[in-house]
Amino acid sequence: MKLRQVVPMFEGWDAVVLARAQFAFTMSFHIIFPAFSIGLASYLAVLEALWLWTGREVYINLFNYWLKIFAVAFGMGVVSGIVMSYQFGTNWSAFSDKTGPVIGPLMAYEVLTAFFLEAGFLGVMLFGLQRVGPKLHFLATLMVAIGTLISAFWILSANSWMQTPTGHAINADGQFIAADWLKVIFNPSFPYRLVHMVLAAYLTTALVVGAVGAWHLLRDRHLAGPRVMFSMAMWMATLVAPIQILAGDQHGLNTLEHQPVKIMAMEGHFQSHKDGAPLILFGLPNQSAGRVDYAIEVPKLGSVILKHSPDAPMAGLDTVPRENWPPVPITFWSFRIMVGMGLLMLALGLFSLLMRVQGKLYDSRLLHLFAVAMAPAGFIAVLAGWITTETGRQPFTVYGLLRTAESASPLAAPAVASSLIAFIIVYFAVFTAGVIYLLRLMAAPPHPGEEGPSHEVPIRSAGITPAAGAVTEGAAR
Amino acid sequence: MIAIDLAIIWAFIIAFAVFVYVVMDGFDLGLGILFPLFPEKRDRDVVMNSVAPVWDGNETWLVLGGGGLMAAFPLAYAVLMPALYTPMIVMLLGLVFRGVAFEFRWRTTAQRNRWDIAFFGGSLLATLAQGIALGAILQGVHVEGRSYAGGWWDWLTPFSILTGVSLVVGYALLGATWLVMKTEGELRDRAYHLSWVLLLAMLGTIAAVSIATPFLHIQYTERWFAWPNVLMTAQVPISVAVVTALLLRSLARKYDYQPFFLTLALFALSYAGLGISMYPYIVPQSITIWQAAAPANSQIFMLFGVAALIPLILGYTAWAYWVFRGKVKPESGYH
Ligand code: HDD
Ligand code: HEM
Ligand code: HEM
Repeated sequence: MKLRQVVPMFEGWDAVVLARAQFAFTMSFHIIFPAFSIGLASYLAVLEALWLWTGREVYINLFNYWLKIFAVAFGMGVVSGIVMSYQFGTNWSAFSDKTGPVIGPLMAYEVLTAFFLEAGFLGVMLFGLQRVGPKLHFLATLMVAIGTLISAFWILSANSWMQTPTGHAINADGQFIAADWLKVIFNPSFPYRLVHMVLAAYLTTALVVGAVGAWHLLRDRHLAGPRVMFSMAMWMATLVAPIQILAGDQHGLNTLEHQPVKIMAMEGHFQSHKDGAPLILFGLPNQSAGRVDYAIEVPKLGSVILKHSPDAPMAGLDTVPRENWPPVPITFWSFRIMVGMGLLMLALGLFSLLMRVQGKLYDSRLLHLFAVAMAPAGFIAVLAGWITTETGRQPFTVYGLLRTAESASPLAAPAVASSLIAFIIVYFAVFTAGVIYLLRLMAAPPHPGEEGPSHEVPIRSAGITPAAGAVTEGAAR
Repeated sequence: MIAIDLAIIWAFIIAFAVFVYVVMDGFDLGLGILFPLFPEKRDRDVVMNSVAPVWDGNETWLVLGGGGLMAAFPLAYAVLMPALYTPMIVMLLGLVFRGVAFEFRWRTTAQRNRWDIAFFGGSLLATLAQGIALGAILQGVHVEGRSYAGGWWDWLTPFSILTGVSLVVGYALLGATWLVMKTEGELRDRAYHLSWVLLLAMLGTIAAVSIATPFLHIQYTERWFAWPNVLMTAQVPISVAVVTALLLRSLARKYDYQPFFLTLALFALSYAGLGISMYPYIVPQSITIWQAAAPANSQIFMLFGVAALIPLILGYTAWAYWVFRGKVKPESGYH
């Protein structure tokens, strides 16, 4: 195989491992953009509603400021998403054949109810304020925001079905078929995953908005736009971070019920504990030896959290055949990273509340520095959370029913290796540029009379004269 | 007995989604292909702005085509995607480049040229890959059991290259006639000129593909030329001749709208020809639509969604096009 020599980096990797690496890589890039654009779309709808309602100019300025950022992020979300939808066929064809009848329709509904809605109204949202007037324009913004949430609904339903499959049967060709669609869609882990993910997207966005506000407040405490966005974002962090932690806790209990092996991996429980399991805070899981090295643990706390009783027995991975073990170190560590981020967000929320109560929200440099530092925290938590979820499901694609190794396409390793290399090169080149443009947009503060993209991108028709000054009229009301 | 053949209904739905995709993203990719022929920044702004508000919606039909195929004909999706591995990856990467260019090019002055090249290169690669994929499907793929059993270069043949080039020419013609419709003045004159050249080239490629296809499989020959089928199939080339004549006339008289819509008619006819060749196979000569069909309850479940939502989608898509109707002008900016 010649290509093997061209790509020594992946020497010895088989096609399945390469396909997994490719899925993990492209998916991790994709989720960064939805996590931001789901939250930002809702934020934009709120800003525009506030503008229509109060007529205050600062809201439309902020709207136009974040709209440009949204356009760039959304574009990157779309192109990386199209890659995902075809990757099921190219790299996971056996999986597609077998699960297509069940998760295919869910994804088809996502396209019909969400993607078209987003895409259909996006053009009006970005370029159409002068053409359709404020009211219809608000409708377009709202439709885009609703579209992103519907999209999350369907794709998380599909993913949750792979985690906790219910409502299906298996036909003569070995395909999963739906016996009860409601049970398929509302499978046991879906409500938890949907809530947890949507909250995650809102928090992620709030932290970015808050960081940008804080960044500009650090330079000038009197800027109207940054004050408003900082305050809004900190309310979000204060209120949503605790709810998210609660939701995560409930999610974990649900996982314990339906995917106990994943919890064992997350907790590093190699051994069973008859009378109360400890909570391992940190340590180095040693998969081959089946123990956690250098564990720092709190006795009985594991049972308290998961079973609400200090002496409740907990089964460990020693009760599970080794070929069904997920990769424990990854699951264990990514879970801790997510929880760590969640606790930091809680701290930021409480700190900002304290400052707010004392009337120092716009003056505390320490708070502003903290907020700036937390800008990437949401993205890190989202990635870590998904890595926990997905690696904890291994070695299955459909939990307990279809093995990852039996899901892959009949492809030669060099084919997958070369496409993986192509994705790595292209994604880094393209998305690095995109992130630089985003940071550049955020580095400038919103200014009075902020122009929406529609001003810089002149699209005018000969036929109708756009309602020039619609912005200022609205603002003056 | 009133038997509703779900597989046939779904074959039509998927074919419809793919056709809408070809029509909508066709002109939009075509503009990318023509980009180097408009070196002035001013012209490029106009060309790009003529589709910027709608390109995302256009591309969503591709997602429906792929997602719908997985849902309604999972076996076909599972066989075709690995068979078309390289063209698919190339198409996706091409779409990445051109998709981000819509936003990135306004966010930088120093690197604008780079994103212009990305827009052109991405559009060209994606189109070529789609055309090659089409040829590769027509020539048939090697199937064993429920999976693809060929190599990862099987798709590459003179025939698939021919279909690849044909699609590039066809999309470019759609792009040129779109510009005729959406622009004015000197830019529009150049679009007319390009339309002439591209139309002749497209007729050449339609002829070449039509001659080559019957040689791929004896079944294709029988489908087209056997008596009495030929009475029906002959309508296709006759209609192509009529539409071509109308198209030539509309170009000569410098009509605004006709060239674009007549080009669409040419596409529709070529597409019908394709359907005639393929039916009832979804993977030619090895898997029929009935063999590939998902269980009835999956197809019925989705049919509700399609019946209720596609009209709605077509409605608001039409509204978006309506909002941005008329000629695109560069001068009338706000500052
Ligand atoms: C929780 C949310 C979420 C998750 C887990 C995923 N996506 Fe996504 N996706 C979105 C949320 C989203 C979104 C918010 O709807 C996007 C992001 C930015 C955007 O433009 O729309 C999007 C865009 C997007 C697009 C482009 C849509 C268009 O043309 O407008 C496709 C085809 C996919 N995604 C497909 C997938 C697939 C196949 C996934 C799983 C493997 C996936 N997404 C995971
Ligand atoms: C949104 C964020 C997501 C992220 C960050 C993510 C991440 C990952 C990772 C890291 C893997 C590799 C696991 C491993 O091999 O150890 C993986 C595999 C996979 N995931 Fe996800 N995933 C996400 C969503 C989804 C969704 C929504 C679906 C399906 C609807 C899905 C389906 C799969 C499949 C089919 C595989 C391949 C088989 C495998 O390696 O497990 N994923 N994903
Ligand atoms: C601090 C408390 C938190 C706890 C106890 C917690 C708990 C969990 C658990 C148990 C899972 C895995 C569920 C499964 O796969 O079955 C999970 C996944 C996830 N977490 Fe968290 N989480 C916390 C904080 C956060 C934060 C702050 C974010 C992001 C801002 C976040 C984002 C995610 C995401 C995106 C997933 C993957 C999707 C899913 O399965 O829901 N989590 N979380």
